[in-house]
Amino acid sequence: MKRFLRSGHDQARERLKQDLFKFNKTVEHGFPHQPSALGYSPSLRIMAIGTRSGAIKLYGAPGVEFMGLHRENNAVVQIHFLPGQCQLITLLDDNSLHLWTLNQRDGVSELHEEKFSTLRGPPGAAPSATQITVILPHSSQELLYLGTESGNVFVEKLPSFQILEDRTISTEAVLQWLPKDAQHCRAFEMVEALQEHPQDPTQVLIGYSRGLIIIWDLQNSRVLHHFLSSQQLENVCWQRDGGCIVSCHYDGSYCQWKVSSEVQHPEPLQSRVPYGPYPCKAISKIFWLRTRKGLPYIIFQGGMPRASYGDRHSISVIHGNQETAFDFTSRIIDFTVLTEADADFDEPYAMVVLAEEELVVIDLKTVGWPVLQAPYLASLHCSAITCSHHVSSISLKLWERIIAAGNKQNSHYSSMVWPIDGGTSLAPDPPQRDLLLTGHEDGTVRFWDASGVCLRLLYKLSTARVFLTDTDPNDNLNALGEDEWPPLRKVGSFDPYSDDPRLGIQKIFLCKYSGYLAVAGTAGQVLVLELNDEEAEQVVDHAEANLLQDQEGYRWKGHERLRARQGPICFEPGFQPFILVQCQPPAVVTSLALHSEWKLVAFGTSHGFGLFDHQQKRQVFVKCTLHPSDQLAMEGPLSRVKSLKKSLRQSFRRMSRSRASGRKRRVAGNSGELQELNARAERAGLQNMELAPVQRKIEARSAEDSFTGFVRTLYFADTYLRDSSCHCPSLWVGTNGGTVYAFSLRVPPPDRRMEDPVRAEQAKEIQLMHRAPVIGILVLDGRGLPLPEPLEAAHDLSKSPDMQGSHQLLVVSEEQFKVFTLPKVSAKLKLKLTALEGSRVRRVSVAHFGSCKAEEYGEHHLTVLTNLGDVQVVSLPFLKPQVRYGCIRKEDVSGIASCVFTKYGQGFYLISPSEFERFSLSTKWLVEPRCLVDTADTKNHYSAHNGSGVKRILNRARNSESLGDGGGVLKEIQSTLEGDRGSYGEWSSQQVAVGRRHNGGGR
Amino acid sequence: MNRSFNKSQSLRFFDCNAVEVKSKFGAEFRRFSLDRYKPGKFEDFYKLILHIHHISNMDVMIGYADVHGDLLPINNDDNFFKAVSSANPLLRVFIQRQEEVDFCNFGTSTLTRKKKVLVTLRNDNLRRRPHLNISMPHDFRPVSSIIDVDILPETHRRVRLYRHGCEKPLGFYIRDGTSVRVTSQGLEKVPGIFISRMVPGGLAESTGLLAVNDEVLEVNGIEVAGKTLDQVTDMMIANSHNLIITVKPANQRNNIIRSSRMSGSSGQSTDSTASHHSLPSSHAEQNFHPDEMESDEETDIVIEGALEPQHISKTPSLPSSSLSRVNGTTFSHRLQRDLTLNNSSRESNGNLHKLLSSLKSDPRHSLVIPRGGIEEDGTVITL
Repeated sequence: MKRFLRSGHDQARERLKQDLFKFNKTVEHGFPHQPSALGYSPSLRIMAIGTRSGAIKLYGAPGVEFMGLHRENNAVVQIHFLPGQCQLITLLDDNSLHLWTLNQRDGVSELHEEKFSTLRGPPGAAPSATQITVILPHSSQELLYLGTESGNVFVEKLPSFQILEDRTISTEAVLQWLPKDAQHCRAFEMVEALQEHPQDPTQVLIGYSRGLIIIWDLQNSRVLHHFLSSQQLENVCWQRDGGCIVSCHYDGSYCQWKVSSEVQHPEPLQSRVPYGPYPCKAISKIFWLRTRKGLPYIIFQGGMPRASYGDRHSISVIHGNQETAFDFTSRIIDFTVLTEADADFDEPYAMVVLAEEELVVIDLKTVGWPVLQAPYLASLHCSAITCSHHVSSISLKLWERIIAAGNKQNSHYSSMVWPIDGGTSLAPDPPQRDLLLTGHEDGTVRFWDASGVCLRLLYKLSTARVFLTDTDPNDNLNALGEDEWPPLRKVGSFDPYSDDPRLGIQKIFLCKYSGYLAVAGTAGQVLVLELNDEEAEQVVDHAEANLLQDQEGYRWKGHERLRARQGPICFEPGFQPFILVQCQPPAVVTSLALHSEWKLVAFGTSHGFGLFDHQQKRQVFVKCTLHPSDQLAMEGPLSRVKSLKKSLRQSFRRMSRSRASGRKRRVAGNSGELQELNARAERAGLQNMELAPVQRKIEARSAEDSFTGFVRTLYFADTYLRDSSCHCPSLWVGTNGGTVYAFSLRVPPPDRRMEDPVRAEQAKEIQLMHRAPVIGILVLDGRGLPLPEPLEAAHDLSKSPDMQGSHQLLVVSEEQFKVFTLPKVSAKLKLKLTALEGSRVRRVSVAHFGSCKAEEYGEHHLTVLTNLGDVQVVSLPFLKPQVRYGCIRKEDVSGIASCVFTKYGQGFYLISPSEFERFSLSTKWLVEPRCLVDTADTKNHYSAHNGSGVKRILNRARNSESLGDGGGVLKEIQSTLEGDRGSYGEWSSQQVAVGRRHNGGGR
Repeated sequence: MNRSFNKSQSLRFFDCNAVEVKSKFGAEFRRFSLDRYKPGKFEDFYKLILHIHHISNMDVMIGYADVHGDLLPINNDDNFFKAVSSANPLLRVFIQRQEEVDFCNFGTSTLTRKKKVLVTLRNDNLRRRPHLNISMPHDFRPVSSIIDVDILPETHRRVRLYRHGCEKPLGFYIRDGTSVRVTSQGLEKVPGIFISRMVPGGLAESTGLLAVNDEVLEVNGIEVAGKTLDQVTDMMIANSHNLIITVKPANQRNNIIRSSRMSGSSGQSTDSTASHHSLPSSHAEQNFHPDEMESDEETDIVIEGALEPQHISKTPSLPSSSLSRVNGTTFSHRLQRDLTLNNSSRESNGNLHKLLSSLKSDPRHSLVIPRGGIEEDGTVITL
């Protein structure tokens, strides 16, 4: 009968599901992985970033974001906005040109790829003849000039990409206008620079890599001027009035040339090697920007003395006697200068630098050229992210306190309003304040505003101060003397080098009601912190938790524990630690829970777990979970060992697979049947599989498996643990070996809280027979709802739990969900996952799903992520699968490992070390960019060319389509549930027949 | 005294209804005859045996050599009748003391050795008559069986591996591969999962039912088509306590000949050490059901408190026969009922490690756990 109920879908329920669940990948937060190109439109005031994987992302005012992905996975090499239009051109490394347009639909702009084309030369020409090196979108908005490796400049018509052959500026055509002495030195080679005259659209400047620069008259097709430099040319800048050009060269020099028709053999007005006299690296790009006050801004990239500073990634700004070489921690991809230009002057006010790992914007108006704090593109990975924690609906009070603490840290930032402010965000204000906390390898915890489209850093907490590490924090790298030359100044926050990996943060737990925060790290350190608005000097109470207890014969081979700093330590306003518990052995903390009402913190490692009373600053108890035969747990830090092993194994597998396929192809190639083989290429995948000697051992889990004692989850609950008449505080612990321990706690009443000790007593121990790791424990109240968080009911933010009805215990292991009755633990319900479909639970969380139709209606369910990268919703308390969507590629192990769910059916996971993808399972809670970009909307800034080597203009749009249609997915789930079978020939027909017979019997 | 006892050789030829019986106990032989078509009841036969061998105050086990020379038990009316009716011409009966039964020889082919093979005691008759005392079930443990023979194509084999209480590792490996299917477009290659290696001495190898290059079609009733190797691995491990895999054997020569099941002999299936006597088809169907698979569910161990005295109690009140077979739904439902009846009177606490180690060292301990209304069987613990 059960089968009938399952197959016969309840129509009303299906409709309700559609009101509750919908899967969307809404927005990517953070900094694009491997950026490869930068573009900027002065008219739209929008910036574009291209990546090596073929994505382009456009950013305007905070909240204005678009994303597009090229069909080919080729790197974006250049991005140019078409002047004054909502369109942009991208060049990929396969030499293809793509035209993107920001279209408006339903009042919202969307980014679409309109057209693409590849420049084709005459038949038989070398590929370099058409290899594009520079692009110039002409201000006529109709023409595109393409400089190539061969030295020819091709002209294409937009938007058709049609080549206008008669307008091609070939090297031969140029040659015939040059005097004899300029002709003899093979002056051409590739086009390095291509610029339009700042005032006269009929003139373009062409710079060739051998050092020749010409000004070409488009109307009469002739050379107006030529300049010959002895050094290899890197880039050129045409000054605002068109009377002067500046070239930069491979030897680290730059030259200024006067444009004048009187001189036959022009010599440079000025030639300088700014960081000479020793050999210098190339200056790859230069800006010469005029100001009304007279002194120009000279901004150039590179040029550092080769021997001593050749490894620096620098951009130098010279303005009169102010001179700074901004020193970036990662390679500079490109940079541009924002100007308030008019006919004669540039008036630069900000410099935008795209480095490989972060975006840095420097305020050129304010004395000292401070850095601006970006509202987006935060460099999440300035130190590697080791864990993350999400807290929904923060109270305004706590929010403001965190922001206030953060503002005190951010005083060195410029107060300039964010200058890239094109477009209008139409997204409604976020319904609540959400915090995303990321833990980093250097021992910091960063607090991000995750309420809206822009992930913004609010506050940064560093735990390193509590410990004595090898490097003294006072030894600041920036502490360079005044008279240092070159005048380097470190900018940016990306710092991948951790002083001490033991400082790494592994678990975070924030109580949003009390402002208590617990963080735990790689070397077994657990810190309890409290939010304080004032600076304070205090002693951190230090305790040690010996988790091995009386276990004999173990030797810890891993890292030492961190040495705590003695005496009072000065802490800045914000979260200030007052308790430090260090686990012994100092293995990585694998689980952490904080109960702010009972003032207890529980922590677990691979060896055991402990409970600490942070009110009385006293350890309540510890318990060792080690299995006697588990030697591996002693070997050292496991967090890396295991994953490294796994990833090594996987990469070897991949290698052997590709090698196997390569071999196959070569063998066949010898027989000269390549054509036929290609035809069979589709089926080749199968053959490869045959060759790959991948095999898996089938072995039951046993108690002797390593890491069985690894504590996976900790949970505090006020429930009926011992008998059904009185409830008491309890602590639940789940291990990797499928064991659940339950402890009843006796917490003294508030008036005796400081005097009477907290007591704990083991009340239950459950061994799951399938021994799969326990990854979640939850107690459901009499109504089948999850118990509220500590203090949640006390703050009237939640209905108090039903303590009348009988409570239930939900244990989620990697393989199944199981509901037990309480206080007598007997199995009541279960949902098997692995045994039926081979997927394993990786993350589970409770979420509240609101209906998009009815305002008040909502349900609590489990959100589940499996090792296949699927997200599922499983109902509470009946454990019925509701919906299921593919979310993360199953090969993306780090993406799956980094996933966090919010309490309202959204989630985040890392798509690269520096980017979080945000997704939503809820119809009601959806954070996605909705924005409008209009050409008319040029703000008050005059669109202008800044005369630099690169002119970039952007347009951009984003499509936030939902990935799957609900119907299809539902069907898929239905078929999974019903055990709908594929065909197996004769075999399947027999099965079907049997199934039918059985159904008949049931009726 | 000796009813139907006749020493005459000639009887065999003159009276075709009589079956000559040669019974051996220790070093002693006795000869007598039985009526081929009306041999009487097993109970009477048992008494007769005790009488003629002058056995008293001890339990014995009676076995006979069948036409293939396998040692089969006589312990109920059915197999007694079968033994007599199939005797050709002589019925050889072997009597062993219950406690001396040498299990080491069971399951080995003995045509070259002394005929002491006991092929199966897990007779399906049990399902119908569980009250019968069939051998000593707790002295055996099933390690594997072929099931659902009647609903599967002959080219496929559904094998059940019992991990419970078994010290042996499951011990096999699987790999990706391609398999050829006949479709409407002709032959088509599709990805498949294959057994790639057997661990020597492992459970899978010892059953003889699985072999390298067998294609895995289903795991516990769920098709593996479209699943990745890792998924199938996880499915098998999750079901490892009661793994049912349907394979297409690479070697198709040892397939079970369907008609043979009517003969009731195991001789036709050379691979099989397990019973495949005529399963009523309704049972077979139930076995096939994913829902019913849950009847093989494991039971979690719950330990209440840690302070009270610990003891582990056996459950003598359980019909011992009920634990002998866990292959069949009707059966496990009965077991469930038994457990339900039992658990109310049983309360105990114990140290988990002790329980686990006792569980491990002696898989035959039957322990009962308080239960909450779902199906369960197998090894359970009394609390």
